[in-house]
Amino acid sequence: MSTPLEAKNRSDETEKPAHGTRLTAGVSARGSDGQLLTGSTLLEVKNLSVFLGGVEVLHDVTFIVEEGSMTAVIGPNGSGKTTLFRALMGMAPYAGEIVWHKKVRFGYVPQRLDFDRLFPLTVRELFLLRRRSGDFWLGGRSAAEAVRNALSHVHAAHLIPRRIGTLSGGELQRVLIAYAIFERPDVLFFDEPTTGIDVAGEATAYSLIKHLAKELRLTVLLISHDLNVVFQYVDQVICLNRAMLCYGAPQKVLTPTQLQELYGAETVFYHHRHAAEPAGEEAHAHEKHEHETRNT
Amino acid sequence: MLQLWQIIIGIVVAIAAAFLGTFVVSRRMSLVADALSHVALPGMGIALMLGFEPFLGGFAIMALAVLGIGVLEARRMVLADTLIGVLFTAALAVGLLIVPDLELIEVLFGDITGINLANGLLTLVGGAVIVFTTLRYLPQFAKITFAPELAASEGVPVARMNLLFLFLLAGTVAIGIKAIGVLLMGALVILPAASARNIARDLRETLIFSVGIGCAIVLIGFFVANAFRMPPGPSVVITGALIFGISLLVRRRS
Repeated sequence: MSTPLEAKNRSDETEKPAHGTRLTAGVSARGSDGQLLTGSTLLEVKNLSVFLGGVEVLHDVTFIVEEGSMTAVIGPNGSGKTTLFRALMGMAPYAGEIVWHKKVRFGYVPQRLDFDRLFPLTVRELFLLRRRSGDFWLGGRSAAEAVRNALSHVHAAHLIPRRIGTLSGGELQRVLIAYAIFERPDVLFFDEPTTGIDVAGEATAYSLIKHLAKELRLTVLLISHDLNVVFQYVDQVICLNRAMLCYGAPQKVLTPTQLQELYGAETVFYHHRHAAEPAGEEAHAHEKHEHETRNT
Repeated sequence: MLQLWQIIIGIVVAIAAAFLGTFVVSRRMSLVADALSHVALPGMGIALMLGFEPFLGGFAIMALAVLGIGVLEARRMVLADTLIGVLFTAALAVGLLIVPDLELIEVLFGDITGINLANGLLTLVGGAVIVFTTLRYLPQFAKITFAPELAASEGVPVARMNLLFLFLLAGTVAIGIKAIGVLLMGALVILPAASARNIARDLRETLIFSVGIGCAIVLIGFFVANAFRMPPGPSVVITGALIFGISLLVRRRS
C-alpha cells in the first residue's frame, strides 16, 4: 500500500562544516509530555539546485525549517515554487543537500489536481484506497469511521458519498486537505491554487490549515499567491525567483524593494502594514498587487 | 459442442479484461488496447512459422512494444497518435503477410475449438496471475489513473506502475487472442468497462459490473458462435456493443 516517503539522506553530522548559526538537530523533537519543543530544526536545505530538462529551475537555495512552524514560499509564476516542493518530497532529482532530521511522512495538497472528472471514484473510495484492500471492497465500520473522522476535520463529512468529479473547487480542496492529513503526516505541503477558489473559500482554507497544524502538530510549508495570507499566518517566508531572493520573517524581509525585485515592475508597491489591521482602501490596493501596474 | 473448460477459459479472459478495462477506459487508452492487440499479429505469425504456441509469440512482441512505449515515456517523448497509428497498422500489415492463409481467419477473429488442454492451461495460469496482480495493485492503479501527481506524492512509483499496467494489458490481450482473435480482443477489454461506467455509482460498482458484463458477453457470444458455427470474436463483440447501447439508455433514464 502507500509507503510513507522517508528521509533518505540523513547525512552524517560530522561531515558538515561547523556552522555557527545552525541549530541543534533534534531527533527527538517532542518533549516527554508530547508538547512541541520549539527551535528544533526539522529540515535543512543547503545549496539546492534543480535541473529540469537541462534547464536550471532552482539555483542555490538554502534555508531551514523548524518543527511545528509555518513557512510560505512566494514568487511569480514559473519561479520554481512547486519544483522546490517536489524536490523536498523526493519527487524531483536535485543537486545540493536536503536533510530531514527525523523520519517524516508527507501530506501534499497539490495546486491543481489534473484528474479525470468522469472517473467514478467517490470521496469515500479515495480514502479507502489508502487502507487495507478489504476496506475498499467491503467497507466496514472502522473504515467508515476513519473516513468520517478525516473529513470532519475539514467540515466536509457530507461530501463522503459524492463522486470527486462533481465537487466544486472549494469542496475539492477541502477533500484534498483531509486526504493529505489522513495518514497523519508530520509535514504538510500546501500548494495554493491560483484561480478557481473564491476569496471566502481561501480564507477558510488557511484558517483551517492553521487550526489543523496546531491540532495535529504539523510542520507546514505552503506556496502562496496572497501576501495577506503570508503576513497573517506564517513564521517565515522564502522568496523564490529561480534563486532565493529573500528569506526570513515576513515582517522583516518583505520590503517594497524586495517585492519589486521579486515580482518585477508589474507590481504595485506593497504598503507595509500589518494584515491584522482593519482593512481600508489601502488594504484593498495591496490585495490586488499582482494585477495592477503603477509607475513610480 | 462447447466444452465446460472452454467456457471457463473464456470467463477467465473476461475477468482479466474487465478489471484492467476499467482503468484502460478511464485513462483514455481504449485505442492503445486496440492497437496493442494488432501488434500481436506478426508475433503470432512468426510463432506459427516456427511451430510454437502463437499466443506466446503474440505476447512476446506486445511486451517489446510495451517496453518501447515505456522507454519513450521515460524520456518524456510522447507517442503521438499518428505514430501509434502508423507503427501498429504496419505491424498488422506485416502480420497479415506472415500468418499462413489457412489460419488467418482464426487468428483474426478467434476460434474456441482451437483451445486445447495445453494452451488452455497456459491461459488459465496467465489469467489467474493477471487478475491477482491487478487486484493486488488496485489502489496504485486507481491512484495513477485518477491523479498521477497525487499518487507520486504518496510514494507510488508511477512510471513502474504504468509499465506493470501495460504488461498486464499485453498479457490480457495475449490470453484472449485464441478465443476472441487479434482484431477484436481490444474490444473485450473496453466494452464491459465502458458499459459498467454508464450504470455504476462508484469505482467498486464499476469494477464489479464490468466483470459481470464481461462474463455475460463472453458466455452469450460463445453460445451464439457455437450455435451458428461462427468464429466467436464477432458475436462476443456485437453482444458487448448491444449491452453498451443498453447501458447508455439506462444512464439516460436515471
